[in-house]
Parts: sequence; C-alpha cells; structure tokens
Amino acid sequence: MAEAASVPAESLAGCRARAARTVLDQVVLPGEELLLPEQEDGEGPGGAGERPLRLNAAARSRGRVVCGPGLRRCGDRLLVTKCGRLRHKEPGSGSGGGVYWVDSQQKRYVPVKGDHVIGIVTAKSGDIFKVDVGGSEPASLSYLAFEGATKRNRPNVQVGDLIYGQFVVANKDMEPEMVCIDSCGRANGMGVIGQDGLLFKVTLGLIRKLLAPDCEILQEVGKLYPMEIVFGMNGRIWVKAKTIQQTLILANILEACEHMTTDQRKQIFSRLAES
Amino acid sequence: MKETPMSNCERRFLLRAIEEKKRLDGRQTYDYRNIKISFGTDYGCCIVELGKTRVLGQVSCELVSPKLNRATEGILFFNLELSQMAAPAFEPGRQSDLLVKLNRLLERCLRNSKCIDTESLCVVAGEKVWQIRVDLHLLNHDGNIIDAASIAAIVALCHFRRPDVSVQGDEVTLYTLEERDPVPLSIHHMPICVSFAFFQQGTYLLVDPSEREERVMDGLLVIAMNKHREICTIQSSGGIMLLKDQVLRCSKIAGVKVVEITELIQRALENDQKVRKEGGKFGFAESMANQRITAFKMEKAPIDTSDVEEKAEEIISEAEPPSEVVSKPVLWTPGTAQIGEGIENSWGHLEDSEKEDEDEGGSDEAVILDGVKMDPGVEVSNIGSQDAPIVLSDSEEEEMIILEPDKNPKKIRTQTISATQVKAASKKPVKKRKKKRAAN
Repeated sequence: MAEAASVPAESLAGCRARAARTVLDQVVLPGEELLLPEQEDGEGPGGAGERPLRLNAAARSRGRVVCGPGLRRCGDRLLVTKCGRLRHKEPGSGSGGGVYWVDSQQKRYVPVKGDHVIGIVTAKSGDIFKVDVGGSEPASLSYLAFEGATKRNRPNVQVGDLIYGQFVVANKDMEPEMVCIDSCGRANGMGVIGQDGLLFKVTLGLIRKLLAPDCEILQEVGKLYPMEIVFGMNGRIWVKAKTIQQTLILANILEACEHMTTDQRKQIFSRLAES
Repeated sequence: MKETPMSNCERRFLLRAIEEKKRLDGRQTYDYRNIKISFGTDYGCCIVELGKTRVLGQVSCELVSPKLNRATEGILFFNLELSQMAAPAFEPGRQSDLLVKLNRLLERCLRNSKCIDTESLCVVAGEKVWQIRVDLHLLNHDGNIIDAASIAAIVALCHFRRPDVSVQGDEVTLYTLEERDPVPLSIHHMPICVSFAFFQQGTYLLVDPSEREERVMDGLLVIAMNKHREICTIQSSGGIMLLKDQVLRCSKIAGVKVVEITELIQRALENDQKVRKEGGKFGFAESMANQRITAFKMEKAPIDTSDVEEKAEEIISEAEPPSEVVSKPVLWTPGTAQIGEGIENSWGHLEDSEKEDEDEGGSDEAVILDGVKMDPGVEVSNIGSQDAPIVLSDSEEEEMIILEPDKNPKKIRTQTISATQVKAASKKPVKKRKKKRAAN
C-alpha cells in the first residue's frame, strides 16, 4: 500500500484511491476509486527512475481491462458503484487486461440484452404479449417470435403462462423486448414452459453461480431425482419433478444453497440420498 | 410498482400441494412459522418476526384531556402502517382497502376486548388522562400481517412503562424517569389473532398462510382469542360459506395456538426484564449480533423427507419390469413401423430438448405401472374407446392421426394401450380446454 499512500488524493470523492490489486476479494463500497495496475506502476515512487520509460505503444500492451458490473470508468480510474466484493479474472488468451467486477447481492433484476429470463404473461393485446420479467416495465413479446409461428398459426399462450425467452432490446430508455427464438429462427429450448411445476425466486447471484460451467450444486442435485429445471437470469427458477414432495424438496434445497457452505450442502445431500 | 402476477402454474401447484396436505415451506396444516420477538432499548418498542413477516411496534403516551362522554377513561389509539419496504405493491396511494381492513380488525381486537384497563389511565377525572398510542409498522410482508401485528401490539403494550403520577389532593406530580421507575400498564388479558385460510370453497384450511398461499386462498377467517379461551373478535372475509362445525373446529385450534403464543410472549418479556435488571445489554443491536455483511445465517427450514422413502419403496415393490413393447417396433406395412404410441404434442413442448423426451419416457413408465394396478374391468372399457383416432397435435400444419389396427392386439400390447389411454384420458380434459382457447 506504500505506493498508494504516496499518491496525492485528487479523486473526486476526496478519498484515497487504492490499487485494485490490493483490494481483491475484499468488500468495497460505492464511491471508492480504484487504480488499475498500469497507473500504479507509473505513479509509484521512483517509477520513472527505476524502469526505463516506454515510449512506444508497447506500454499499453497490457491491453483493455474490462470493467464489469458494479464498476464504472471515471477518468482513468475505476469507480465502485455497488457494494460487494471486488473480483478479478485473468485474461485467458493473454489479450486484454482481464475483467474486474463487484460481486454484490441483489434480488431486483435489470433487463440486459441477451439474457435468458423466465417471464409471466400478463396481457395479450393485438399482436404482442406483455410479459412481466421482474424489471421496471413489462417486456413485449411478439406472437411471431416463436418457432414455427405464422400469422395463421398463433402460439398457444394464455395470460398467466410462463415463458422462457431472451431479450433483444433492453436499455434504460425503452421497454424491453424479448423473443423466444434465436438468431437462426430455432427455439433452442425457449418458448412456453409446461403446465406443472413450481416457480420460485432467488437472488441473482445464486443464479449466476448455478449457471456457471461445472457447477457442483447442479450436478449433485441432478443425481437426486429426475427433474426439469429452467433458470431465468431474472432470479426465477422453474422446477418440476415427478411428485409434489420432490418438487418441494428441490425448491427448498436450491433456495437454501444460497446460504450454505460447501460442507453443509454435502451433508444435506448425503442425508437426502440416503432417505 | 405493480404486484408481480401469479402464474397459472404456481397457482395450480399450490392448490395441488394443499390438496396433498403439503406446504411450500414444509409446515404441517396447523403449524405456525417461527415467531421471534425482540425488544428495543426503549420500553414499549418491539419487533415481531413471524417467519419473514416483520412488524415493528412502538407504544407512547401523553397526558391529554379526556373525551367528554368518557371523563374517567384513558384514550387508546391504534395505527398500523404498511411501509413501502414491505412489498413492492405497497405504494402511498394504493393500499387503502387492505389498510382499512387491517386497522379495523386490530381496533376491534384490542379496543373492544377491553384488554387494557382504561380506568387506570385516568389521572384527574375530567381533566387529565393518559393517551396511549400504539404505532405498528409492517417492515416485510410475507403473509399473515394481522397475526404478526396483533402479537406486536400486545407485546409492545405489555412491555411499555408509563411515567409514574401521584395525586395528592389538588396537586398532581408527574415523575420523570430518573425520579421514579416507570409503571407498567394494567393489562387484563392478551388477545391474539389467529388466521385461517380456506381453499377450494372451504374444503382445505391452513393456519398462518404465507404470502403465496394468501394469493390463492378463497377466504380468510380471523379469530382473536386470549389464553382463557375467550373469543374477542371473529371475522370471516372472502365470501366463502363456512359450516358451523368448521368454525367451531377453528376456534378450538385457535385456542391451542393462542396458549402457545402467549407462553412465548411471557417468556420473551421475562427474559428481557431479567436482562435489564441484571444490567446486561439489551436492545435491537444485541438481537442482531449474528448477521454480518458478508455471511448469512438462515434458519433451518424443516424439510419433511419421510414420505419420499415410503413412496419410493411402494413404487419399487409394486413395479413390474418395464414392458418390452416400448422397444419392439410394430410393423404396419412394409416400410412403416411404429414404436410406442407417441405422446401428445402440445405447442409448448415442440422445442424442448431430448432431456424432456427422456423424462417423458420415464413418466410413461410410471403411468404404465399405475395402469397395471387398475382392475381389468376398467381396462376393458378403455380398450373399447381405442377405435376413435387419437389426434395428437392441434396445429393445422401437422395432422398426426394414428390409425388403429382392426385385429385384436396381443395381451402385452393391451396393457400399453390401456396405460397410455389412461394418460390420454387424463390429458383429454386438457386437450379440450386447449381446443376451446384455439377457437377463441
């Protein structure tokens, strides 16, 4: 932290800017400013003297640092906008400077383009359905945005049905629009979700954890019973198993996974597997 | 914000689960959620948590002149507010119906039952009486506001201490908190509301409905009782018809529950009093010691898995090995063969992955087992109806009609047909509904 201490505090917030490297995995609060590694080196004590000055663009070879959720560019520093833990991912192929983001707990969903979500149909008006996705506005879904839908062949969608689709338009100025087909025109798993089953809500962080590749929780849950699960990035999960009891058990386990450590989870799964 | 709508599948699932006597959080029909009572540093301030529903209660007092027609009685004032943080649907202008209903019920429960001795609140007859004001704030809405609010109100009233007053002739001395210890209110009994939610026109009832159960309920019965089994208030809303013995049964259940809750309240009050007397730390900050910013501790929700074992054993013991017809293709004409009957094509299932097909195959087997258990009489009638062509898809573009053979099929085939007929029969009502909607 010696380098950061010698940096004059010129940030807008008036607080000392810290090097992002030193606060990894710690809690950061909104308003804090973070220095990227490049700036650190340049502003360190005696930096100019100890290292040869690089006049060519090779200095920038560290590449673009991607600013993830919870962070915002402020001049040449990163400004924290959400409270949570700071995370960093190294660049895989060596290009770019990696990704920085803030892991925060959130239940309120903000529509993002490309996200796959579970929505509830609230209204049918003319050619479009109004679908509640948990955001500030209901998304609109055209009846032609289903696989195999034509003007004569309308999809069988009623008010109150569950829809799994993705956003094609989602910004803060317009109402979001979603579709149930991908760019090739195929459904690819999207569309109306079946009649039975249970829909419940969890935090967004848990969904991201469950949808990460090689998620242990999912593998263990999959070994319990045969079931169908749909995860929506808006925090909604739809679960269906053979009996109501199994469905309830699955729903309770997934909700509880948020707050359990790995050991506790393994205990519960082993107990369930025995019974 | 508008309330999140409840989807059809949630509603259906909840009602089916209630028919099977299962609740979402694993409770039994007559179980209450965990009640947690914590007190603040001031007297008369408490937070009651009924599961995730949280109500904050605060009692305050003031010396005022009495009402003209009740010169020797103190004044009680109750106020329940639905804070906007309780639910996204609570907005400043939009809560009037629910708010009025809850306030009215609380008033009837606490004021008309005369649980507080208002005569003891009189200081100088006709001139000065105590006005006791109970403010309740709903902090989080997860169902059953009325129960939590009534518990918070009575706990806050029992916890409250008013300044001591002494009257000597014409002189009235009001002592401050430093001069003399404050005095508790004189409370005769503790009325507590117990809510019963009714489903399917009064066939099923649940105690302490959670928020989702409240959304699918038909009607609500609230009984306010004290531990001496005296009913203080009873209210039925939702317009359902209740039978006399149902109401009597509910009152018996309420009696039992109220005794438990009253014990809990007494214990909490005693604990708090002990801590204050011993000089220990008290207040809300102490009761929240376990929660930290990066780690959560959630109460264990009891999950009842006892059923699963029995059901699994039943299925295993009564199962026959899966019938081999599934893998044996039936040759209709040279070049045309059929494996199995196929499943009904509904629009939503068109694009589902193979995983669903496997699951459907699995559920097919489960249905076959059920079919085996049926008595042969039913089987025969099912075979008879197989002559009608089975339309598997509503779409105009693909009309799939399975033509049935004229000859009598072999015995094994019979079972399959009857089993899938069972499935088709159970799906027929669904199909009919779909056709009606398509016509719309």
